[in-house]
Amino acid sequence: MNKKVVVGMSGGVDSSVTAYLLKEQGYDVIGVTMQVWPEDEEYEAREGGCCSLSAVEDARRVAFKLGIPFYVLNFKDTFKDKVIDYFIDEYMQGRTPNPCVACNKYIKFDELLKKAMALGAAYVATGHYAIIEENNGRFLIKNSKDDKKDQTYALYNFTQFQLAHTLMPCGTYKKEKIREIAKEIGFEVHNKKDSEEICFIPDNDHGAYIKRQKPNQVRQGNFVDKEGNILGKHKGIVYYTIGQRKGLGIAFGVPMFVTDIIPWKNEVVLGSEEDILKTELVAKDINFIPFDILDEPFEVKAKIRYSSKPSSAIIYPIDENKVKVIFKEKQRAITKGQSVVFYDGDVLLGGGVIESIL
Amino acid sequence: MKNSIYMDYAATTFIKKEVLEAMYPFLTEEYANTSSIYSFSSKSKMAVDNSRKNIAEAINADRDEIYFTAGGSESDNWAIIGTALANRKKGNHIITSEIEHHAVLNSCKYLEANGFRVTYLGVDSRGLINLAELNDCISEDTILVSIMYANNEVGTIQPIESIGEICRNKKVIFHSDAVQAVGNIPIDVKNSNIDLLSMASHKFYGPKGVGALYIKKGTKIDSYIHGGAQERKKRAGTTNVAGIVGMGRAIEIAIDNMPSEYERLSQLRDKLITGLLKIKSSKLNGVEGSGRLPGNCNISFENVEGDMLLAILDTYGIYASSGSACSAGSIDPSHVLISMGLSKEMAKGSLRLTIGSKTSEEDILYVIEKVKDAVAR
Repeated sequence: MNKKVVVGMSGGVDSSVTAYLLKEQGYDVIGVTMQVWPEDEEYEAREGGCCSLSAVEDARRVAFKLGIPFYVLNFKDTFKDKVIDYFIDEYMQGRTPNPCVACNKYIKFDELLKKAMALGAAYVATGHYAIIEENNGRFLIKNSKDDKKDQTYALYNFTQFQLAHTLMPCGTYKKEKIREIAKEIGFEVHNKKDSEEICFIPDNDHGAYIKRQKPNQVRQGNFVDKEGNILGKHKGIVYYTIGQRKGLGIAFGVPMFVTDIIPWKNEVVLGSEEDILKTELVAKDINFIPFDILDEPFEVKAKIRYSSKPSSAIIYPIDENKVKVIFKEKQRAITKGQSVVFYDGDVLLGGGVIESIL
Repeated sequence: MKNSIYMDYAATTFIKKEVLEAMYPFLTEEYANTSSIYSFSSKSKMAVDNSRKNIAEAINADRDEIYFTAGGSESDNWAIIGTALANRKKGNHIITSEIEHHAVLNSCKYLEANGFRVTYLGVDSRGLINLAELNDCISEDTILVSIMYANNEVGTIQPIESIGEICRNKKVIFHSDAVQAVGNIPIDVKNSNIDLLSMASHKFYGPKGVGALYIKKGTKIDSYIHGGAQERKKRAGTTNVAGIVGMGRAIEIAIDNMPSEYERLSQLRDKLITGLLKIKSSKLNGVEGSGRLPGNCNISFENVEGDMLLAILDTYGIYASSGSACSAGSIDPSHVLISMGLSKEMAKGSLRLTIGSKTSEEDILYVIEKVKDAVAR
């Protein structure tokens, strides 16, 4: 039986320990770092490129210590197309994208899996905190043992084929245990900080980044209220997201929140908190994991963003591609472009991209 | 069958046993600083002198025209920047080619940022520069022409004698980066009218970290490494005796072996090329036959990713290269192939296999088979 696995190694603690755990479990491990950062001098100078190179060296050291082969493979074109350009376009259209969801869908568990197979491996593995299980011939994703670190939100696009060929050993551990293991083995990265920024924008200033990529298209415009009255000036729609209160640059005396973004008028709508408490949304590009198609309404717990708590809702099929989600309680700042993800207990049911709020 | 097959001799070579043996005394008992007066340093001094002689003989130069450096990159930097600075009152124009090694290209870029004008000549689909174009390009302002002897990626050997003649007629200094050529094909700097020539020891079974620059007597060139009086006050730094001894012994062996090795490697190379070209949608990059370095094979495969190809070959124990590797280890399309007119895709799908002293016929057959397999994936 083919027990060869390619581990996507970022140079961080989780993927490093993943490689170790799989080797201990008897797998033939190959370490791969995906090169996704655009490589030109200007980018490096602006974005502090050297940091990305040091991440590769961290991964290389871990691979060397484990005695496994290590390659850096080029994913730049697909990454630019499916993640970076998608990211920029979404913001330009007044939506808030989730690049990790796109990367998982098109890069980590698609491109990387294909390359893993070309290298002779049957599996791809990552340091994600999630549990992949087989149940009666169907593959499922479940919440990891570490609720604080759970990453199932970004994994809802998995197909059965991809799940059959993916391993995520970190899912059954808590983060501290993973760090402990790393320390025991002697990985220098055991106390490396968790990465929390967007991987291709090291300083996390996405507004400035997009402005540089689209030089004359990010322009000042008007803050308006829901009647259209002008309240002030904004820096460019890409700097804002629904529910945002800070960083508006104006004091109103009462708390004001971004309630909508109108790209074709280059306007950002401000309002009260009431205005962003809603219960209904429509999601598109739906994917389900325990089953293929949703036939009838289903009671679920749903998250409208990575950091929210799962909240009771019912999902109604609209067609193969869309569902309507009606929450029991009002949700704060449902945002177009973000993903809504459904759970049944600790099982990840699936999710989709928020298309409209009703 | 061997566990691993090294097919990247153009990147570097192993140090031959005889070279290591020649170096050993100078890494142990004979550790004197050759800039000293006492008798303890005489053996070291003589050994360095001997190496200098061997290297001079290898390229038909005088031993006083050989200066030791820390490698090919330093020799290139010195040749280009040193010549530019020394001759800038005469002019500020430099001519080179698009397919040079980065040590040459980046030295030129540095000069461009410092007030010099550089023309980068293009090459044809075989990797050769156009002599008429070079001739026309030389103006009164031109102070240096730098064209590599043989290209490291595709093995194309330039018409060096003709270039030398043009430069002599137009009275322009001619530098050639011969790092890939030295030890593999005969070089005669007098005959070819070469004024400056770069060499690197680790390309012909010598140690890394040592090279040489041939500077024809009378050539105006500034020093690059300033300090003590070593290398006739032209290149400072405590003499790397062991390295230089290694380089000298290595070149001696290379020159002795050249006639037979040239034949043997050319045959193996041609066998490799023929075998690989049988794979669908493949193309040879560079020239065939004697216009190509005897150990170089460079093939592009359509719809193949170079970095994946190398990773798969690595799992078979075959060590090869492609394009120009950056420090992170992943590949960007080679500037040489792009200059030769290849599309970005074909350039990305290129594979460079370079053979040398330990390569056997068995290796060639095994590599052909495995490349076939890898390309299919």
